[in-house]
Amino acid sequence: MKRITTPINEETRLSLRAGEEVIISGKIYTGRDAAHKRFVEHLSANGSLPFDFNEQIIYYTGPTPEKPGMPIGACGPTSSYRMDPYSIQLMPMGMKIMIGKGERDKAFQSKLVETKSVYLIAIGGIGAILSKTVKSSKTLLYEDLSSEAVRELEVVDFPVIVAYDACGNSIFK
Amino acid sequence: MRKIDQSILISNIKQLFMNAAVSLDSKVVHALEEAQKIESFALARSILGKIIKNQEIARNEDIPICQDTGVAVVFLEIGTEVFLDYDIEAAVNEGVRQAYFEGYLRKSVVNHPLERKNTLDNTPAIVHIKQIPGDRLIIHAAPKGAGSENMSRLAMLPPSAGVKGIESFVLETVKLAGGKACPPLILGIGIGGNFEKVAILAKTALFRSLDDVAENQTDRELEESLKELVNSSDVGPMGLGGATTCLAVKVNSYPCHIASLPVAVNIQCHAARKKTVIL
Repeated sequence: MKRITTPINEETRLSLRAGEEVIISGKIYTGRDAAHKRFVEHLSANGSLPFDFNEQIIYYTGPTPEKPGMPIGACGPTSSYRMDPYSIQLMPMGMKIMIGKGERDKAFQSKLVETKSVYLIAIGGIGAILSKTVKSSKTLLYEDLSSEAVRELEVVDFPVIVAYDACGNSIFK
Repeated sequence: MRKIDQSILISNIKQLFMNAAVSLDSKVVHALEEAQKIESFALARSILGKIIKNQEIARNEDIPICQDTGVAVVFLEIGTEVFLDYDIEAAVNEGVRQAYFEGYLRKSVVNHPLERKNTLDNTPAIVHIKQIPGDRLIIHAAPKGAGSENMSRLAMLPPSAGVKGIESFVLETVKLAGGKACPPLILGIGIGGNFEKVAILAKTALFRSLDDVAENQTDRELEESLKELVNSSDVGPMGLGGATTCLAVKVNSYPCHIASLPVAVNIQCHAARKKTVIL
């Protein structure tokens, strides 16, 4: 079991291999469908992203509302394939480490190899367990998107599996 | 006639959804435990263990099992001797609204498929109403997540396709879903009826008790052959391989046109949340 701490430099990113189990600590950033749509709109309008994702991790999740005194509610991964058309434009802009669940399309996989990005998966449907790894959470962008807003999460020992590595290997059957 | 007040319907809907979000059906838990015992692939066994642990934490600490607390699906079976003198769908929506606020559940409904503004209270629910004999009101409630719903499919097969055609459509659907639908799955299969009826049959099949079998022998045999077929696919928990791709297959059938063989596959993820109450 490999332990990594964010930010993740290129050497560490390229060392990850499909099938490997990895434990992540540090800051990670949430974003799913609606936020990705805005990232791409921002990119078209400004030629840059509203946040520098270089060496950072994006986590596809839309948590349940936090109860009083809790940093976050259930926060498991959502299906990644819906982000594919956006990710193709975002990987070249630095969004090279993604956490979600499930397989992704061919175009995504080619761009992943081309940009030496990596795709990690968390186990779907275990949002209660995963909420325990989140120590703090704050909204960074798009508060109006409520559960789909971009949040900065401070995580300790967040468990993932490398699904697609930068060489193009895949864990899926 | 037996009158059931609007406030009773609202409070029951609220309780059903709040409970469903944090408390997985004990029969699903049992099926997961049994699957873990016979699963020989270590990664699959470890994932099943985490799924079982997750629902324990959810139940004990009142945290939703999954962050996708779904669209609220409600089946109401209303006895012919039950008198409801109010807008039933409005009452269901009020119960849903209260559950999603008080239960800290995620609001996942947008106003229009293209405008996509969140309604912020998880309404409207999807409500199905059926009449039954007697003076009881039966409420079935399920928060249905999109991960599995998005992978569900429907086909209008020719009658000549027969059992083989159904099997290959179901297997293809499960493989296309892969890890995206969060296996191990429960498959609700509708066969027969017409275009809209077969989808309802598949959905209704998901509301059956996990340990029951179809009354009709043909449906029962299909449930068995489909379960075996799907579990030999090696899709496995989260699409990473293993013998546990589905926990159960439920087939509901209905008469159909001489020219038709409709098939619907409604996929349910392992977070199979549903609750029933009889008033």
